[in-house]
Amino acid sequence: MNELDLQKLINAAASGKRPHFFGDHDVDRLLSIVWAMAAELAVTRERLDTVERLLAERALLDRAAIDAYRPDGAAAAERGQWQIEYLSRLLRVLQQEVDALRREER
Amino acid sequence: MTRATRLDAAPPWSEVGEHAMSPTATHDEIARFNFLANFNKYMSNVVVAGNAVAYERRVAPHWRAQHGVDPANRREIRAAMSADAYYQLWSALRRSGMEMRQQAGRSLVLRQMQALRDRARELNAACAATLRLDNSIAIPPYQSELDNHCMPGSYYAEYIDDDVSAAANYDAGMFATTTGLFGRYLDGAGRGTAQWLSRSRPGWQPRRILDLGCGLGHNLLPLARAYPEAEVVGVDVAAPMLRYGHSRAVGMGLGRVIFQQANAERLPFEDASFDFIYSTMFLHETSHAALRNIFGEVRRLLAPGGVQLHLEQPPYRGMSDFEQFLRDWDCHYNNEPFWSALHETHLPTLLAEKGFAQADIFETEIHAIVEDEMPKVATAVEDFGRGGLWYACGAAA
Ligand SMILES: C[S@@+](CC[C@H](N)C(=O)[O-])C[C@H]1O[C@@H](n2cnc3c(N)ncnc32)[C@H](O)[C@@H]1O
Repeated sequence: MNELDLQKLINAAASGKRPHFFGDHDVDRLLSIVWAMAAELAVTRERLDTVERLLAERALLDRAAIDAYRPDGAAAAERGQWQIEYLSRLLRVLQQEVDALRREER
Repeated sequence: MTRATRLDAAPPWSEVGEHAMSPTATHDEIARFNFLANFNKYMSNVVVAGNAVAYERRVAPHWRAQHGVDPANRREIRAAMSADAYYQLWSALRRSGMEMRQQAGRSLVLRQMQALRDRARELNAACAATLRLDNSIAIPPYQSELDNHCMPGSYYAEYIDDDVSAAANYDAGMFATTTGLFGRYLDGAGRGTAQWLSRSRPGWQPRRILDLGCGLGHNLLPLARAYPEAEVVGVDVAAPMLRYGHSRAVGMGLGRVIFQQANAERLPFEDASFDFIYSTMFLHETSHAALRNIFGEVRRLLAPGGVQLHLEQPPYRGMSDFEQFLRDWDCHYNNEPFWSALHETHLPTLLAEKGFAQADIFETEIHAIVEDEMPKVATAVEDFGRGGLWYACGAAA
């Protein structure tokens, strides 16, 4: 079995119709995606927590230093830029919608 | 200011009891189960209660304004609640959680299904006489029509020869869905049953014990431990469950326990050949016709002086319509098609129809017995179907 087939098998649905609860069925779909993301965020958070604890155990990290950390100017600028880029990526669909409207105007 | 009460977190999945068939889990696979366990706990301890508030404050008043009376039964409550935004969100989250539990279990287990299968083969070969598979046994239609509790492929799908992945998935995910209430080895019901038997019949030594729909034997093994001299038999129609269950038992030093592929409606055993016959969380997965056949078989198989006991969620009789409505959720949205019918069936009457004497039929409650460090049902809000407390109906022969 190749990797893609395995992924398909893992994500297979149970037989029977998937119920919907909201008036607009798209909301059911969206919620299921959002909730899967919430789970993955928890997974990432737990992994980060593990990394911090392991580093602290090995005296490579003082966990209090994370909360006390304040970026210097260059680091803050880099991080700020990352946030901007991240937001533009997430909100891509809004930008595209407005771009299209502008094109129509012309 | 009121003192803030804290909700204890669910035990982490890393606390699940290890055995010879345990899959190897990565950090993130465990973290996924940890999220799901706490999500389930939060839903059943915090979120579910909002449904009653929404019902009382806006759903019922709206219904009354339209119809002049309260909703008459759980069906009308469901019709009314289905339009409520809170109930919609709760339901959609609950359904998503069920699906994610399957995804998490399958992504853990299917990637190592060959290795698990090989390990099962090896362990099973060491005690080959007690694994009794029979590929002429058909999956009954009430089982094959719908994947039970949204488990893709149900208990039966075999993706490779001698596959055990369905059982491995069932086993791995259950600790998360039951948030520790069934114990580290998911055997709280079986341990509760063994304790009930030893208390109601002190000193009694059943010679032969039968577990109907034993699955992978979670609740079969405690009876084998409690009665080391007895011949202990579990029957199930699902080969993956039996293969995995048998190898798990062998790994625990319980290779004497017989895992036999058979349909509980027609069992290949002699009349009056068992002293104790029981089932745990099995009857609600069968049809009404099957239930009658199963009780008929118990009548035939139970030896004079023997006793039977069946653990289920409590029947609906005596419950408020609203509680019935909440408990009925699984029937409609979690592929439990026989859930409502079973909980409306008066099991004592059914046993009487099969010839058990009224005076010998009884109903009782069984609590899960779990390790000290695991949460107890008394301290946890019951999650309508997944708590560690069961209604039980039985009869002496
Ligand atoms: C929810 S599981 C319960 C397993 C087990 N009793 C426990 O407590 O863990 C139900 C089991 O019943 C089995 N089953 C369903 N119909 C059956 C039948 N007619 N005869 C034997 N087993 C059956 C399924 O294959 C499944 O393994």
